[in-house]
Amino acid sequence: MSVATQDTAIRTGRVTRTFIYVFLLVFALFYLLPFLVMVLNSLKPLEEITSGNMIALPQDWTIAPWLSAWSTAQIGVEPTGLRPYFWNSIKMVVPAVAISTVLGALNGYVLTKWRFRFDTILFGLMLFACFIPFQIVLIPMARILGELGIAGTTTGLILVHVVYGLGFSTLYFRNYYAAFPTELVRAAQIDGAGFFQIFWRILLPSSGPIIVVCVIWQFTNIWNDFLFGASFASGGAAPMTVALNNLVNSSTGVAEYNVHFAGAIMAAGPTLLVYIVAGRYFVRGLMAGSVKG
Amino acid sequence: MGFLDINGVTKAYGAVEVLHHVDISVDEGEFLVLVGPSGCGKSTLLNMIAGLEGITSGDISIKDTVMNGVHPSKRNIAMVFQSYALYPNMTVGQNITFGLEMHGTPKEERERKMREVSQLLQIENLLDRKPGQLSGGQRQRVAMGRALVRDPDVFLFDEPLSNLDAKLRVDMRTEIKKLHQKLGTTIVYVTHDQIEAMTLSTRIAVMNKGYVQQLGTPKEIYDNPANVFVATFMGSPAMNVLPTKLEDRNGALHAVLSGAEGQEVILRIDDAPAAYGAYKGREVLLGIRPEAITDPEGADRNARNIQSLTNIVGVTEPAGADTFVTMHVSKRDCIARMRADADVHPGRPFEFAVNMDKAVLFDPETENRIG
Repeated sequence: MSVATQDTAIRTGRVTRTFIYVFLLVFALFYLLPFLVMVLNSLKPLEEITSGNMIALPQDWTIAPWLSAWSTAQIGVEPTGLRPYFWNSIKMVVPAVAISTVLGALNGYVLTKWRFRFDTILFGLMLFACFIPFQIVLIPMARILGELGIAGTTTGLILVHVVYGLGFSTLYFRNYYAAFPTELVRAAQIDGAGFFQIFWRILLPSSGPIIVVCVIWQFTNIWNDFLFGASFASGGAAPMTVALNNLVNSSTGVAEYNVHFAGAIMAAGPTLLVYIVAGRYFVRGLMAGSVKG
Repeated sequence: MGFLDINGVTKAYGAVEVLHHVDISVDEGEFLVLVGPSGCGKSTLLNMIAGLEGITSGDISIKDTVMNGVHPSKRNIAMVFQSYALYPNMTVGQNITFGLEMHGTPKEERERKMREVSQLLQIENLLDRKPGQLSGGQRQRVAMGRALVRDPDVFLFDEPLSNLDAKLRVDMRTEIKKLHQKLGTTIVYVTHDQIEAMTLSTRIAVMNKGYVQQLGTPKEIYDNPANVFVATFMGSPAMNVLPTKLEDRNGALHAVLSGAEGQEVILRIDDAPAAYGAYKGREVLLGIRPEAITDPEGADRNARNIQSLTNIVGVTEPAGADTFVTMHVSKRDCIARMRADADVHPGRPFEFAVNMDKAVLFDPETENRIG
């Protein structure tokens, strides 16, 4: 539970320091440039883009592309805008993140504090989940979802993401709890706390940093997932990423680049927000897990 | 039957047996200290009493109820851990009452007990703080409070003082002893510190390599160690163990040693136990505590048999209250404890007074005490 301190930097001279800042600034701008172009173009009428002024500031500021992307743009055959799909994504990502985090925490708790035979082997096998490429599971997963009767639904997608996310969430919590003093668990046992009481009253309240890490990681991955969304939930249950693709590919005449840009920013918004709100805990939590393990 | 009975208890991990047939019976109100070097099995034994580790064979009973397989929370015990194991997310008050809460004690009673205990330990002003905001000594008190509030049959302490600095450790040692005298509870206490063991206990079990080497009162352990291990483990500096020849001269037994320059040193043994007879003319080990070798003026006035030993002084170490003198006897270092102002100088001969009342003999093969 140590927190990474900031005072480990080596003292450098003024010249070196200036060089470092300029260097970092240039790269920051380089990475921010595409985003800037997106924002600018989402705020101008289509004619300004088609006339070749991609980089210029809008002459005629407008939020019409945003409104169109949100509620009226053509997604596939329906002119619904991205709104229903945004809610699809929310309905998928919130339960999927919550369930995979809680299960990961439970797994980590059992793997470190209730050791059993072959627990390290089991953990090793669970780690495979982090490295198995998505494509491999597509067909078996499609069959299972079909058998369960939840193919093509948001529920199905939640299941897929929970199963896929467990590897990482277990890894995070196991490493975090490995550094958690076992004497505390023993003390709680003597105090008469049961399996879930120890988890709920002792471990979870001390798991703040690693919960943040897990939530950010899972949220970003699940929100940004396209492959599972496109494979298992096309149509009315499609998540935001799939809808964005459909928005860009649905041409009813001219391609409305400004609307596409606005849609893309909407699709990226939630993950950006999560990073900005909880990002600093992300690095801390990662460090806390890795110092002892 | 005692209050806490450990009957023929062994512990094995797979094929490796780490505790061998331990028999200890503790009476109500006793303060038993398990002491030994790390890896001797003392903490394992404590965890088995607590129910945190299983028992391979034998049984442990508290108040005549066999506790094998009984869950730790159902044994009516409380434990103080080396790291204190305070719940970091709870306040001191919540830490103290957590066990009561888990056992379903009503809120008013929890509050009342918490007040009593915090008053006793003088931690009333800390109740709303988190463990992270406390000093080591305060945490120690809270950990004891958490144990006391349960009003258990047996208190278990697992090296509770080893995380404190030297001065605080001595203070807390006295506190624990006071607490025991006041409450008269039964305590089993694990430590590797032999001074803690001597000062706190009513009885000590000295352990090594999974065996109880000796079980007895601090005085028995100190004066009549069962073997060379106990003799050298208990006491600081350790007991001198010197190779000696046991000879009969003029009808009395004598220990014959050699001094720093190879000269013969003879120490007469009075009131020898009958068992010494069998070792006449053989090599034995003479065990003698540093404080039994003094300058003649500092010798114990009540001692009946003071022998003189003239030898070259090796090193002198003034320690304030005493001066420790190291010299060569029978090719081993032998430490003597002198008054601070004894007139000793390195490299010069000095006449030491040896209190042979306190000397013990060990068999060189078995290393067990003779007699």
